Amino acid sequence: MAMNYNAKDEVDGGPPCAPGGAAKTRRPDNTAFKQQRLPAWQPILTAGTVLPTFFIIGLIFIPIGIGIFVTSNNIREIEIDYTGTEPSSPCNKCLSPNVTSCFCTINFTLEESFEGNVFMYYGLSNFYQNHRRYVKSRDDSQLNGDPSALLNPSKECEPYRRSEDKPIAPCGAIANSMFNDTLELFLVTNESDLTLTPITLKKKGIAWWTDKNVKFRNPPGAGSLEEKFKDTTKPVNWHQPVYKLDTDEDNNGFINEDFIVWMRTAALPTFRKLYRLIERRSDLHPTLPAGQYYLNITYNYPVHSFDGRKRMILSTISWMGGKNPFLGIAYITIGSISFLLGVVLLVINHKYRNSSNTADITI
Amino acid sequence: RMFCNKKKLIEVERVVKANDREYNEQFQYTDNRIHTSKYNILTFLPINLFEQFQRVANAYFLFLLILQLIPEISSLTWFTTIVPLVLVVSMTAVKDATDDYFRHKSDNQVNNRQSEVLINSKLQNEKWMNVKVGDIIKLENNQFVAADLLLLSSSEPHGLCYIETAELDGETNLKVRQALSVTSELGADISRLARFDGIVVCEAPNNKLDKFTGVLSWKESKHTLSNQKIILRGCVLRNTGWCFGMVLFAGPDTKLMQNSGKTKFKRTSIDKLMNTLVLWIFGFLVCLGIILAIGNSIWENEVGGQFRAFIFWSGGEKSSMLSGFLTFWSYVIILNTVVPISLYVSVEVIRLGHSYFINWDRKMYYSGKAIPAEARTTTLNEELGQIEYVFSDKTGTLTQNIMTFKKCSINGRVYAGELQDDLDQKKEITKKREPVDVSVKSQTEKRLHFFDHSLMESVELGDPKVHEFLRLLALCHTVMSEENSAGQLTYQVQSPDEGALVTAAGNFGFVFKSRTPETITIEELGTLVTYQLLAFLDFNNIRKRMSVIVRNPEGQIKLYSKGADTILFEKLHPSNKDLLSLTSDHLSDFAGEGLRTLAIAYRDLDDKYFKVWQKMLEDADAAVDERDERISGVYEEIERDLMLLGATAVEDKLQEGVIETIASLSLANIKIWVLTGDKQETAINIGYACNMLTDDMDDVFVITGSTAVEVRDEFRKAKENLFGQNNFSNGHVVYEKKRQLESDCGAEDTVTGEYALVINGHSLAHALESDVKNDFLELACMCKTVVCCRVTPLQKAQVVELVKMHRNAVTLAIGDGANDVSMIKSAHIGVGISGQEGLQAVLVSDYSFAQFRYLRRLLLVHGRWSYFRMCKFLCYFFYKNFAFTLVHFWFGFFCGFSAQTVYDQWFITLFNIVYTSLPVLAMGIFDQIALDTSYWTVINHVFIWGSVATYFFILLTMHSNGVFGIFPNQFPFVGNAWHSLSQKCIWLVILLTTVASVMPVVAFRFLKMELYPSLSDKIRRWQKAQKKAKPTHSRRPQTRRSSSRRSGYAFAHQEGYGELITSGKNMRTQNLPPTSGVEKMLYNNASWVENLCEKTADTVNSFSQEKTVRL
Repeated sequence: MAMNYNAKDEVDGGPPCAPGGAAKTRRPDNTAFKQQRLPAWQPILTAGTVLPTFFIIGLIFIPIGIGIFVTSNNIREIEIDYTGTEPSSPCNKCLSPNVTSCFCTINFTLEESFEGNVFMYYGLSNFYQNHRRYVKSRDDSQLNGDPSALLNPSKECEPYRRSEDKPIAPCGAIANSMFNDTLELFLVTNESDLTLTPITLKKKGIAWWTDKNVKFRNPPGAGSLEEKFKDTTKPVNWHQPVYKLDTDEDNNGFINEDFIVWMRTAALPTFRKLYRLIERRSDLHPTLPAGQYYLNITYNYPVHSFDGRKRMILSTISWMGGKNPFLGIAYITIGSISFLLGVVLLVINHKYRNSSNTADITI
Repeated sequence: RMFCNKKKLIEVERVVKANDREYNEQFQYTDNRIHTSKYNILTFLPINLFEQFQRVANAYFLFLLILQLIPEISSLTWFTTIVPLVLVVSMTAVKDATDDYFRHKSDNQVNNRQSEVLINSKLQNEKWMNVKVGDIIKLENNQFVAADLLLLSSSEPHGLCYIETAELDGETNLKVRQALSVTSELGADISRLARFDGIVVCEAPNNKLDKFTGVLSWKESKHTLSNQKIILRGCVLRNTGWCFGMVLFAGPDTKLMQNSGKTKFKRTSIDKLMNTLVLWIFGFLVCLGIILAIGNSIWENEVGGQFRAFIFWSGGEKSSMLSGFLTFWSYVIILNTVVPISLYVSVEVIRLGHSYFINWDRKMYYSGKAIPAEARTTTLNEELGQIEYVFSDKTGTLTQNIMTFKKCSINGRVYAGELQDDLDQKKEITKKREPVDVSVKSQTEKRLHFFDHSLMESVELGDPKVHEFLRLLALCHTVMSEENSAGQLTYQVQSPDEGALVTAAGNFGFVFKSRTPETITIEELGTLVTYQLLAFLDFNNIRKRMSVIVRNPEGQIKLYSKGADTILFEKLHPSNKDLLSLTSDHLSDFAGEGLRTLAIAYRDLDDKYFKVWQKMLEDADAAVDERDERISGVYEEIERDLMLLGATAVEDKLQEGVIETIASLSLANIKIWVLTGDKQETAINIGYACNMLTDDMDDVFVITGSTAVEVRDEFRKAKENLFGQNNFSNGHVVYEKKRQLESDCGAEDTVTGEYALVINGHSLAHALESDVKNDFLELACMCKTVVCCRVTPLQKAQVVELVKMHRNAVTLAIGDGANDVSMIKSAHIGVGISGQEGLQAVLVSDYSFAQFRYLRRLLLVHGRWSYFRMCKFLCYFFYKNFAFTLVHFWFGFFCGFSAQTVYDQWFITLFNIVYTSLPVLAMGIFDQIALDTSYWTVINHVFIWGSVATYFFILLTMHSNGVFGIFPNQFPFVGNAWHSLSQKCIWLVILLTTVASVMPVVAFRFLKMELYPSLSDKIRRWQKAQKKAKPTHSRRPQTRRSSSRRSGYAFAHQEGYGELITSGKNMRTQNLPPTSGVEKMLYNNASWVENLCEKTADTVNSFSQEKTVRL
């Protein structure tokens, strides 16, 4: 017996799907994914997890930082500026634009001997190798030995694309501005009669293997390198064509390592590029013993016009690369801050816990 | 509104000649084919691309692409932009194409519908699209109307025909159309119709649904045509065997198509926020660009000039300025990643994901009807989390629209239904009362049943009061009955309450069988008894009661009356004093439970007195002036000295979980307004039933004014009242301050105490007028609950618009029927209750589900999550892009502001779409809020570590020898990755930066949690406090004993039916053919409907009332 009443009866027919058989198919699946019940990790910041984390970070970072700092400090490094802007500098004479080929010598003293392999860099300042117009002014196909690109370089190389109706090889502003000072190093073995012992500077092995073997390749074909480049001309600023960069066939043309190093543009206006390697001779003798050295410079590269500076750097390396005190200091700082934060949070947590307990009671 | 047909000549008037295609062709009227599709195969690409590039984001990226093709500017290669752009554009194009395909399909379906057209004096089946203006077509019952027609003739007398206009205006009640008498004579005579050559001159196509002007010239005479003669496309012919019509407007010219403007594209506030953010960021980008451009000019001047030896520059003398200008654009390109194109795509993907979660939610699946929730719009999810106002329909949304006879009080004794589905009991009863219960069973099986053994016993024992009570229920009503071929009774009722009462009486043995204008036949405990109906004292809103005067077979004359307790109690005979107090106690109990009550009383009349009274009535009826007043005076006269029988309590059954849902929503500070077409009493009653109105409320303002001034005064008074009480309760509040607050409509925060506003449809019409609406809005905003009753669909929409406009709040409208369509459309978010009558509400809604209670989960879980996810996503997204892009700004200071990028081109291209898109998306889609704790699932892990792995994989691939060998110019970074990553320094730096960037955040969050309890803690505490303070939020309202004696009177009844019954107008005395279809049966009382509509000339919609019940 029932007294129910349904006034709004179906007019347009029942629901499109009658209950019963169809019900099964329309009921959403009861999967964890569809019902948003996937097992989940909810990172809840509790004193039990946060405080130990801070302490542990502190305890790990500070030793790492000290380690890096000490390592970095053990690296020997010396920088010699030979721009010659100071009148007293031996290279001052080379600043004059009239001098075409200029030699100057700078002497310096190593207070401590350099052990292990020593790297010789040249450093440039205020040189915008990262300028967009400069960076894109190259043709990687040409440098990769592509014959068509050799004779018809990319438009990106403009205005260093063609000269004297011939395509420039290598084209572009980067290649055109290649660093062309020559640096030589001599050890003064006898100070009284100035006996100079030349230090062997290795020019191969300064470029990345991939650059030397994959990215940079001379144009294919038989014959000498000169023939391969015969329809091209040298970059305007160069004194000699690309096939005369070196006498060694394996270090000439596009695969000249000095050239390759230069072509890897620097990210910042002050940079250093690897110039030569000074290999360790034996375990007994330091690679560069302490003493007086002469740096002979063939001064070709003009930087005076844009207030640039030129440097020669000698440096040893460690497991983590060159001298870099910043990383160690940063590690020590972050580690200390973390540890301190841990202490501060511990105190706050301790204080607050007492007060919050009482607060809960009052509610 | 969009006028789809842009004609070369603007049509001023239309001349149509019937049955003369040649004649009509000269005007080149459109035929009946419709196109809602946008493209065809040829036009798709150009039009779609054109449309897509009208979107600001796409246009912006196209612009960037063009910039990048200029070598002087190009700082990035073209593929960095074109890859994502093509991706985005093609994805959108595919989506558009699919949509349009479906539109083509539906167009084809509509265009290929068949209709009978009179061609060459013969009725021929013709596709809709081939119907031409001037054709005469034949429509049959329940057919859709193919074009805008002039009604010529129909199967019904006087050329009447009935149409349902739900598709046009959302009203489901039938409307009547009448043909001209000259044309209705044509009937179904094909040869005469074929000879019909009338010329119609009428208005040009327009979108006004309720107006039509035209003239028919036929046989040398002219006939004016009005809207009454026109059947519009989109209507359905109901209750009419057939009709003939002449096509006046076809296809795109029809009023339906003229009205089909572009559906409003709903945007969420996040969308708007995002757009403003993007604009701001764009402005920021321009600023950065300008700074860098100036930097570049200076650099070129100071440094670059000296650097010419290496960095050529052929810009001439004023080169630095030009260089700066070009650099600006270069930087615009580089920095564009702050506003990445993938943002828009990602947002869409996230919303789609959220929509699927709504569709998949089992907690929103209604197993009763096998209806899952459905997110019909996928772009609004996060808006659900910001809803401030919910506008709800009542019938079918809050209530199940099932009236259940719950309790009754007979002669001072309460018979309460036992609320259980006791199958044994039911079976026992169904056996006893075969003729009724068998048919009832099927309909009511799943519902709660009223059963009371003691009442049954009393009936069987023959308690005269109980018999009289039930007899009254069976006699005093306006229900019409219909017995179909199977002998089943079908009741047609105009108020569902009455249906419940009559059915209840029937179940206890007093079955209403049939009526004629003069008699009522009921079956009393198995025997048929016919009563003579002497008078019908109709119901109206002032009388709040109705009575019948009948003569029983024994010759006794009795007056049976039912009505509002407050009114009826005054009419009682003094001897009823004790019973009265007892019954009114019961009544207030019933009212406290939210039941709808009616008091029941009778009076024995002697013949003489009745004759005298009848004379008075006749006199009054014949009176010319003040007839209504006089009649009601006469009614008063006889309705006195009544003997109280008892009271009934009918429950307008709420849907499951409505009370809890409303409680949770109001806890969430969401305001719920009920907008219903129902009467004030019923609406208030439901308000009480679902705890929106409570007796604890400080005041319930009822606005019933019928002029603008009255309404405003009522508002003002209510407001004064509100502030007055307030000031009284906390005197320190300065009134002036309140006044200030009022103006910016923030006053509701300062109002203590709970208030409610109930406003009538008439008053609402005035309240929505421009000078009153501020008062209305202000008052309404200060009230906890607002109930608007007797509102039309249009008013529903207006109320929503009002709040939307003036409160700047996010609104949601929820409803189930065609009358809610406009409201659903105009609210920010429309929710349709699916599985109810019709589909109109669902079709226009953004979300649909089967039960009101799912709203809670939709808003408080899905909405909230979506909102938080979206916000977090945006933060994360902008963060990563800023971090990524601002490096270039910083680097600008080191590279001579030359727009040189730090990263390689491929990294820039892939950063947003490959490397970082998935982790952000995963967070945006799967994160669950526990406020400041994130939610890491397997998916997050897979995406994050997967992205890292992808990065290294792609990086190493692109920096490998092989790729360089194939494209030396595109991948010049051979060996970079390997050389860099083999440096121990790199890894040390990565570790250091990771820790250094995470540490402050962790410390900050930890501190915040420690020092300031998080919001979730606060909420938990607050809820705890709330629970302690107000234990009244109980599941059932029974526990609440109301101190104030409130009448639970509510009756969904309308005036005018009594007259219809006594006049016999609505009775089909003619032999009705055995009802073949359900539809036929449902609408066979349409003339009654029409008369009623004329009678109750007020605009109140009566759609929910005239429906039938099958027993």
